[in-house]
Amino acid sequence: MLAPTPHAPAARAALCPVLEARQLTLDYEGERGPVRAVEGVDFTLEEGERLVLLGPSGCGKSSILKAAAGFLKPSSGAVLLNGRPVIGPGPDRIVVFQEFDQLLPWKSVLDNVAFPLRVAGKLSVAAAREKAAAALARVGLTRALDQFPHTLSGGMKQRAAIARALAMEPAVLLMDEPFAALDALTRLQMQRDLLDIAQERALTLLFVTHAIDEAVLLGTRLHLLSAHPGRTLARFETAGFDAADIGTQRFEKAVQEVHATLFGATERGR
Amino acid sequence: MSEVLHRLPDERTADAPAALPPPRNRLARLFRSLAFRRLIVLAFLALGWEIAARWQANPLMLPSFGETFQAFVTASRDEGLLLAAAGSLAVLLKGYVIAILIGFALVSLAVSNSFVRDAVQTVAAMFNPLPAIALLPLALLWFGLGEKSLLFVLVNAVIWPFALAALQGFEAVPETLRLVGRNYGLTGPAYVRHILVPAALPSLISGLRVGWAFAWRTLIAAELVFGVSSSSGGLGWFIFRARNELFTDRVFAGLATVILIGLLVEAVAFRGLESATVRRWGALR
Repeated sequence: MLAPTPHAPAARAALCPVLEARQLTLDYEGERGPVRAVEGVDFTLEEGERLVLLGPSGCGKSSILKAAAGFLKPSSGAVLLNGRPVIGPGPDRIVVFQEFDQLLPWKSVLDNVAFPLRVAGKLSVAAAREKAAAALARVGLTRALDQFPHTLSGGMKQRAAIARALAMEPAVLLMDEPFAALDALTRLQMQRDLLDIAQERALTLLFVTHAIDEAVLLGTRLHLLSAHPGRTLARFETAGFDAADIGTQRFEKAVQEVHATLFGATERGR
Repeated sequence: MSEVLHRLPDERTADAPAALPPPRNRLARLFRSLAFRRLIVLAFLALGWEIAARWQANPLMLPSFGETFQAFVTASRDEGLLLAAAGSLAVLLKGYVIAILIGFALVSLAVSNSFVRDAVQTVAAMFNPLPAIALLPLALLWFGLGEKSLLFVLVNAVIWPFALAALQGFEAVPETLRLVGRNYGLTGPAYVRHILVPAALPSLISGLRVGWAFAWRTLIAAELVFGVSSSSGGLGWFIFRARNELFTDRVFAGLATVILIGLLVEAVAFRGLESATVRRWGALR
């Protein structure tokens, strides 16, 4: 059902990918010296692709995203954005976090979206607000423009965070389990809406999740990681699925195959 | 789907939609307002005071509320009580603003440099428990009898509690908000101004509040020792003089003025600042 793509990235055309990880190795400071989170991971992300990093907790998927965002320095290897190594955070890679408190509580929903457009996009107040209102309308938050974040539900907060990222039109959009803290019904709706938007705008997306069905639905490609430390386990092509396929045999089979790959690996590893 | 699930018919309640709750009583709403509740507390205290004074029947030791009120009016008219209060407030504001500016600069440096942070924390922990008024003899020695000495003591009273509260507020800013700010490419002063200050505002306001209270009590205490300057003696000096001349009702009027100004600043300035910011943002209930 799923066509595993060859393990080594084939030499592609001269055009460099939007985002690329080369032998990426990440450590973090533990209580007894550095702990290896990620080891020797390679991937590429072309324009308009949606790459999903999938794996159990402890596989370093969030660390990889943090490295792409520029919050975390690689111990060796590199993350390249349009061919240049990432050296720090920047507004060309907007992150949508899992936490609901990622909106600035002292700004209205509209100003939360308009603020980065002004400080990083250098737009005038009026232009930033107009663009922000359009992005908020796209995620269905037109009625909440003047509300403060603490009055919103979790789903609405995540929508606002997505609108903020859309309005910035980043080179690549980074999402770190954005729906993990939502209830099941809201999550389902958000996944469909995100897929719609991503297809409509041909977003370049790096998406981290531990939910297999979410990964198969949203990604055009999956990158499976094993835990402790995170190493590449397998890659899959999953561009052919969309919301209408949920529940079909083809979709379930794909989910099972990914499941088997992940769990087969942990059993072999023990 | 219908092969598995048996769909139940719609259930409808027979009666009309429940009546809306009655519009809230005006009196009840008035009673919920903080200003009204404070007035009630003040009225009760005045009543208790009046009863105690009449029962005691010794105006030299405990003048009644009415007598104190009388003394307040005459002292404002003839003895320059309000002028004294204005003189005290002017010095107070000067010292307070200087202290907050220095404190804020220190804390901003401390945020970007861990050595400065530890240094500020150490010095603040040293000086915070020391009553600023204890520095007055030294200040008099260094700066002489006058406003400079008072300002020195005042700045000392305000700067350390404010710095401690502000530092704590900055350190408690959630990691996600920090990452969001850095994600926008904010660094240095812009990062402090756009992310750290608003996120730490509840602690900053509480630091301002504590600083204000410390400043006010330190100033009155210092004035009890000597006046602000030759022209107007300040509130503390007014109280001290009235006590020497055994005008106990004026002592009470002076004390009441100290208390009322403190209450007014708390209710109008700090409360107002809070409801315009942190309460509106849901950071404080």
